[in-house]
Amino acid sequence: MTQVAANNVSPSWYEASARQRIDALVDAGSFAEFIGPALREISPHLAIFDLPEQFDDGIVVGHGRLDGTPVLIAAQEGRFMGGAFGEVHGAKLTGLLRAASALKQDLLILFDTGGVRLQEANAGELAIAEIMRAVIEARRAGVNVVGLIGGRAGCYGGGSLIAGTCSRLIISEQGRLSVSGPEVIETNRGIEEFDSRDRALVWRTMGGKHRYLLGGTDVFVDDEVLAFREAAIDALKAGRRCDVAVLEAEQARLERRLQRFGEAEDAIEIWQTLGIANPTEIPALPTAAFLRAANDRENADDAR
Amino acid sequence: MTRDDILASLFPNGSKIETTGAMIAGQAILPDGKPIHVLGIIEGQPLGVDEAIVLARQIIEIVKSGDRAPILILVDSSSQRMSKRDELLGLSEYLSHLAKALLLAEAEGHRTVGLLYGGSAAGAFIATALATGTLVALPGAHPAVMDLPSMARVTKLSIDVLKAKAETTPVFAPGLDNMVLSGGIHGVWDDNAPLAPQLAAVLRRPQGKDDRGRLGAARGGRRKAAEIADRVAALAAVAHQAAHHG
Amino acid sequence: MEKLSFRLIAPRSASGTRTQAIVGVVASGNLEVLLERNLPTDICTIDIATAAHGFGMVWDAVVRDFVARRSAGGLHISVNDGGARPDTVALRLAQGIRKIEEPER
Repeated sequence: MTQVAANNVSPSWYEASARQRIDALVDAGSFAEFIGPALREISPHLAIFDLPEQFDDGIVVGHGRLDGTPVLIAAQEGRFMGGAFGEVHGAKLTGLLRAASALKQDLLILFDTGGVRLQEANAGELAIAEIMRAVIEARRAGVNVVGLIGGRAGCYGGGSLIAGTCSRLIISEQGRLSVSGPEVIETNRGIEEFDSRDRALVWRTMGGKHRYLLGGTDVFVDDEVLAFREAAIDALKAGRRCDVAVLEAEQARLERRLQRFGEAEDAIEIWQTLGIANPTEIPALPTAAFLRAANDRENADDAR
Repeated sequence: MTRDDILASLFPNGSKIETTGAMIAGQAILPDGKPIHVLGIIEGQPLGVDEAIVLARQIIEIVKSGDRAPILILVDSSSQRMSKRDELLGLSEYLSHLAKALLLAEAEGHRTVGLLYGGSAAGAFIATALATGTLVALPGAHPAVMDLPSMARVTKLSIDVLKAKAETTPVFAPGLDNMVLSGGIHGVWDDNAPLAPQLAAVLRRPQGKDDRGRLGAARGGRRKAAEIADRVAALAAVAHQAAHHG
Repeated sequence: MEKLSFRLIAPRSASGTRTQAIVGVVASGNLEVLLERNLPTDICTIDIATAAHGFGMVWDAVVRDFVARRSAGGLHISVNDGGARPDTVALRLAQGIRKIEEPER
């Protein structure tokens, strides 16, 4: 099936807005927003920089049903301020996660973020920390917190650290997951260390296919809203433990990753070590063929 | 204060702490004779996959021991290590894993205290200092999300303009005072007084909910965060009720 | 930011029962439009916040054209503009009307 045909069947996740993603994800008509745009809870910190505000401060939070199951949902708008975390933006997600703990309700985070909003850096940074703590508290209360990554801004900086606290992660080829972005690495370490304009390098290093093969995410899907929906429904059935045993299992897999791949200079070498027959072909493989080739990937089941 | 001064003032009853590269690890004796674990990242070093995995392992060993002793994390780091290798290997998972180890240690009965005495920035700050149950600092500590020159480059504003704006709000510029006003740091210790009693006071605080939003509101650095979070949680609760009784 | 406000007589009122709709995103070349149905059916007010200064005349023209052509009566419309071209503004306003006129489920 060609990419054009696929998009005719189901809209692109990458192209969709936060609100469109929620609409496509949840059961028809089941979404109700908390602190919607009419309440105009905008950022108090952008006016001083003469920057435009958005009524929802770039994140939509609320509740809905996913195949009948009540869920809490947060979707970042990656095109507003790069989906970056500011004071109000972050607090909406913090509050939603605390509700997840109190109500024992599963929660989906639709990541689309470059990290912390510099104009509100301290507030954004603290929001990240509060959110991570709230995710772990929710998970210890038996809640599944599922992350979906596939938007224009990727999942960078503090967003990537939040992603690492989720119980399951779903990613598409378009998704990127990394702490420092390509430009930041290049600015700090030079173009020999990382050429940020080498798109193939960016995707080999931080893109959805590599993350999936490395065990950095649990599910790989097409760039289609229906594919994300199916994967989310499935992800909510995953194991719910968040204790020292799981932490130990994660320690073991992350130590093993360093032993297996710590000397690799490029993702191609890692994919080769994984036993993939033609690693250089991975980036061009369509999804079905990629998933077959990914048979011997590292996985993080019960170790995340 | 040097790191040795800090440790001596914290632990007059003695400590056995070793330095390995960019990190320290060991134990000390509190005034009441009970043990405390001491870990840390030092000398302004970056936090990469190799450091994070070692620190996390040490925390996990402590939790597995079941001794429920408190854990003190000394922090003087730079930011996360910015390198192709670290990102290739999935740095975000390593930093999250370290943060989770601290959060779980606290949940499993080990008080976790962060003592910021030098620098710390961005991902390193989040994965260490900000993942402890109580974060305190010594005067002269310099936490940062990003340094001002880099911020100037990214926002395309001159440093002078940024500095002028920073006079009017604590919300973006790096620095200890701003992080205290924002609620991220519970308190700044008095480095002219013995540190042992100040640590003891922190350890006597009961464990509780994340109160950093409340602190930020009270101190004026973050006036909206706690209120917005509370309102969202309340709305979710009401919606949940309605769904079950509607 | 420049703030502009318009209050116009609207020849046609928005149909449907939805009290609120939102379209668009605040990004370069884009805008968000929030529509709230809370005015007398022959009135339309439009409040605009824009980082692009000095385009009052252009906004005036776009807004008047919009209210004349579309069923905008009864609506209080709020715009956060990221520097959109007039045709993008007109498009979003029209999309907003379509959305608020959508039948409720």
